[in-house]
Amino acid sequence: MDPHRRIEAIWRMEAARLIASLSRLTRDVGTAEEIAQDVFVAALEQWPSGGVPPNPAGWLHTTGRHKAIDRIRRDRMRDERQLSAALDPTVPDGSDDDLLALIFTACHPVLTREARTALTLRLLGGLSTDEIAHAFLAPSPTIGQRISRAKRTLAEAKVPFAPPHGDELRERLPAVLEVIYLIFTEGYAATSGDAWIRRDLAEEAMRLGRMLTGLLPREPEPYGLVALMELQASRFRARIAPDGSPVLLQDQDRSRWDRTLIQHGLAALDRATALARPLGPYSVQAAIAAVHARAPRFEETDWEAIVALYDALGQIAPSPVVALNRAVAVLHADGPAAALAAIDEVRADPRMARHHLVGAVRGDVLLRLGRAAEAAEEWERAADLAPNQRESRLLRERAARALT
Amino acid sequence: MKVMVMIKGDGADEGRVAPSTDMLERMTRYNEELVKAGILLDGDGLKPTAAGVKVVFAASGDTSVVDGPFTESKEIIGGYWIWQVSSLEEAVEWAKRCPRDGFHGAATVLEIRPYAGDEDFGDALTPELREREAEMRRIQAAE
Repeated sequence: MDPHRRIEAIWRMEAARLIASLSRLTRDVGTAEEIAQDVFVAALEQWPSGGVPPNPAGWLHTTGRHKAIDRIRRDRMRDERQLSAALDPTVPDGSDDDLLALIFTACHPVLTREARTALTLRLLGGLSTDEIAHAFLAPSPTIGQRISRAKRTLAEAKVPFAPPHGDELRERLPAVLEVIYLIFTEGYAATSGDAWIRRDLAEEAMRLGRMLTGLLPREPEPYGLVALMELQASRFRARIAPDGSPVLLQDQDRSRWDRTLIQHGLAALDRATALARPLGPYSVQAAIAAVHARAPRFEETDWEAIVALYDALGQIAPSPVVALNRAVAVLHADGPAAALAAIDEVRADPRMARHHLVGAVRGDVLLRLGRAAEAAEEWERAADLAPNQRESRLLRERAARALT
Repeated sequence: MKVMVMIKGDGADEGRVAPSTDMLERMTRYNEELVKAGILLDGDGLKPTAAGVKVVFAASGDTSVVDGPFTESKEIIGGYWIWQVSSLEEAVEWAKRCPRDGFHGAATVLEIRPYAGDEDFGDALTPELREREAEMRRIQAAE
């Protein structure tokens, strides 16, 4: 096995815990990350010739600790307490608390969303700037700047490196979950670019989510997020046609759904429910995905359950997109007449008035009510609003078909 | 990528390497690490081959049924995991950290096998076979 690939694999496995304990020692994630990079370089220099040490994680931590102590001495960050903390051998390196603190620091509210995402992949995922840039289809220098600016912002804001507890944890947890889900959707929604790399991004998000459930086993919402990501990811193979075009849920070959991910996702959702606290938005969305996962075919979907879940989601996280999805579920559960009322409510929302999907769904509903001419009109209008040529053309085709 | 990791041991040593509490404790800790790393999707242990049966199709065309234990086997599967890892190298590194009990001198092998997709079967998997497989899985999913 190629020694460099082996070292990179070990690095990916250990980076988060190493950076986490170095952050505790230096009290600065930027410094910690630089030291961690030095450690990685040292491993690349020494291991290929001298052999990989029997306990590579231990080696990385010990080397990191020495470098951190040198650094603290050299920089004369003369806080005696900091130095003695760094020298204290009884504090275990790479503890769960450190890791938790690192996740919450990387997703700190002083940072922009983009910065949180890049920093999380860098500090928790152990990804290089190039890898992150590649995954986001962005130039490497842009990502590099984003990361260094984020580290500077954290230092300037004097964000303390400590795991949050109790109310503070509950308050800041949504921001962490949001970053993980953003990473996931970035990989999942990709229909262009290097599809495999993007899928890696979704897998990385799932890994981060599962890691978070391991660190916060009593919080339901991380389990809900993991369930949501795994249930969605279980459809990976089925949702893209051989020519690269997306396949709608109703047309997907469900035999190609990943059973292991479905089982794991359903188990995570059970865990979220079993914690017997009000479910958060990710858990409810996961419950909707679970209804789809349990249906052997589209026609057998339990739409009543889905409508009820969208009602619940509308209560805890109201948004016009949720209302639109609910209208689609109503169409399947209660028929076009009920759906028309639901969709007209959505259309009344000024935020959705110019959204092409509202028209697309309303056209569907009208056609089913036998009002073909109105449906065609609706689709034509939606075609004008569609964000790209492909969708616009699709809508015009449907409009033309409705009139024949 | 998804991989299956199989824990294999020597059939002749099976009776002597029943897991001790210490070993189970170490294995539990290892499993917890896999969970915390976010890579473990599934896994289980298998009963000793004394509880197992083999159906053997001989080259001559005969079929025989052999009751366990399979003491003559060089490699018997004691358990498995399903991991989602970023590379085969990562799977190897995790496998290397698996606790082992060399006390009895028995060798253990962890075999790592990436999952195959339809594309790996080439033309042998005809569209008709693929459709039947799909139908079977749809029924399976309904249960």
